[in-house]
Amino acid sequence: MATDGLAIGSGAGFSGDRTDAAGPVVATLVSRGGPAALIFETLAERTLALAQIARRQDPATGYEPQLDRFVGPILKACVEHRIPIVGNFGAANPRAAAARLQALGRERGLPRLRVGIVEGDDLSDDRGRALLREYLPPGLAAREPVSANVYQGAKVIADALRAGADVVVTGRVADPSLAVGPAMAHHGWQETDWDQLGRATMAGHLLECGAQVTGGYFADPGFKDVPDLHAVGFPIAEIAGDGSFVVTKAERTGGLVDARTVKEQLLYEVHDPAAYLTPDVVADISQAEVSELGRNRVAVSGVRGHPRPATLKVNACFDGGWLGEAEISYAGPNAEARARLAAEVVRRRIGDALAMRFDLIGVLSLFADDGGRAAAARAPGDARDVRLRVAAAHADRARVERLLAEVTALYTCGPAGGGGVRTSLRSRLSTVSCFVPRERVPARFEILE
Amino acid sequence: MTMPETTLRVPLHRLAHGRTGDKGNRSNISVIAYRAELFPLIVEQVTEARVAEAFRDRRPAAVRRYVLPKLGALNFVLDDVLDGGVNDSLNLDSHGKALAFRLLEMEVAVPAELESLLAGPR
Repeated sequence: MATDGLAIGSGAGFSGDRTDAAGPVVATLVSRGGPAALIFETLAERTLALAQIARRQDPATGYEPQLDRFVGPILKACVEHRIPIVGNFGAANPRAAAARLQALGRERGLPRLRVGIVEGDDLSDDRGRALLREYLPPGLAAREPVSANVYQGAKVIADALRAGADVVVTGRVADPSLAVGPAMAHHGWQETDWDQLGRATMAGHLLECGAQVTGGYFADPGFKDVPDLHAVGFPIAEIAGDGSFVVTKAERTGGLVDARTVKEQLLYEVHDPAAYLTPDVVADISQAEVSELGRNRVAVSGVRGHPRPATLKVNACFDGGWLGEAEISYAGPNAEARARLAAEVVRRRIGDALAMRFDLIGVLSLFADDGGRAAAARAPGDARDVRLRVAAAHADRARVERLLAEVTALYTCGPAGGGGVRTSLRSRLSTVSCFVPRERVPARFEILE
Repeated sequence: MTMPETTLRVPLHRLAHGRTGDKGNRSNISVIAYRAELFPLIVEQVTEARVAEAFRDRRPAAVRRYVLPKLGALNFVLDDVLDGGVNDSLNLDSHGKALAFRLLEMEVAVPAELESLLAGPR
């Protein structure tokens, strides 16, 4: 790679990701030498709301529950080889996460860690809520959100790194910005270097979901085979001074990086390819090209950048009531008919009390719609191993619990041979987005030493 | 004896791969040609109208197609097809992650002489 390049590795692509993935990435970054950074993306919409709830119950919590398992194994190597770590594992409490990171450093005999704390995203306090009332739809503005966070960008991350942070811990930032920040700091880009920012944004976009660019979420046996998927390696992007980049992966791991994996992830969650909006830039992949340079090495070129949006996106999470799901299985002769009869029993027992969805797993489930149109259009068949699933959501927990009880009662009161009842009840969160002028929600950082 | 030129009818799955992403109640599905030679067939036959028809049970409010010739790819954006998405959907797959494979079930007409370019078991 070009000597001026920065190698950025991905240590995690979501909160539930593998905690042993970062090790081989860091080992690769160390063995190749040269400037490098490691990013962790662990903050889904729901994750942040749950973290906010946890923080209210215990002010020392509210950050990524797996922080120790994600960072613990690689912290020493990163600090000793000057590989900064950037993660949104601060969730609802970056300050508590920073304290925990310092403790992890102490436990490993490291000199006191310099932790950059990025804040300003949390709009759940009085001031933030007052601001949101101006921008949320009127019906919601009066309700108290569980969490409300603005998507911050790369600049504040770059600033924290320039100030000497070993680790930068954020709450909500745009996922690609986790990679753009280190690239900005390393290459000395300005906030108006649109092409560079656009390219680095797409590098970040490819890294942010971890294994999704290295053979995860990809394998389709006989069509798209992936070697050693059980040990899929996590990605590394080498970002040059002009923002152009090569995608590769950790050495001595499974998975693969080729034109197909990169194209799939390049378009993942993209709408208009000419306008991928982040707080940093409007990235444009309409003329992008990918080329295979060698085994597990793919170059992405032709990405452009346009001036960033004037507004920043805010996600507000509200209480979304209760979701209940219950299942029971039928197998053997006439199994589908028995499962259909079980659905009919539940329908008649619950009546109009709940809007329910019925799936016949093994016949039709994922491809069906909540309105039951696809299911109604399908003539009864003779499937021999069928799992009936009933689902409903309601603000009233008791109503949903009654549905679960009705499915459980099918053991003795339902059709013949029903087995394997499982029920689940969980609270839901409902996310609403709005856009706020960026000058009204400034980001800030502080170095905890 | 010469065989008459024939047209094969095969699932799009043998010509292309794809991936679903979701944002709220909107789904995007990429369709990426395995071979550049197959891309024109895909552009011609995998139209907005046919994709809207394939997802008619979900009553898409809009279906938009973006063509990316340099990637040999299409990107479909389907509005309001996730029953509210992770907020509200009762689907086991509230993200709609499986939906790319619904699109890949679509039947495509392929000239027989291109058969060797198709993916999958022979």
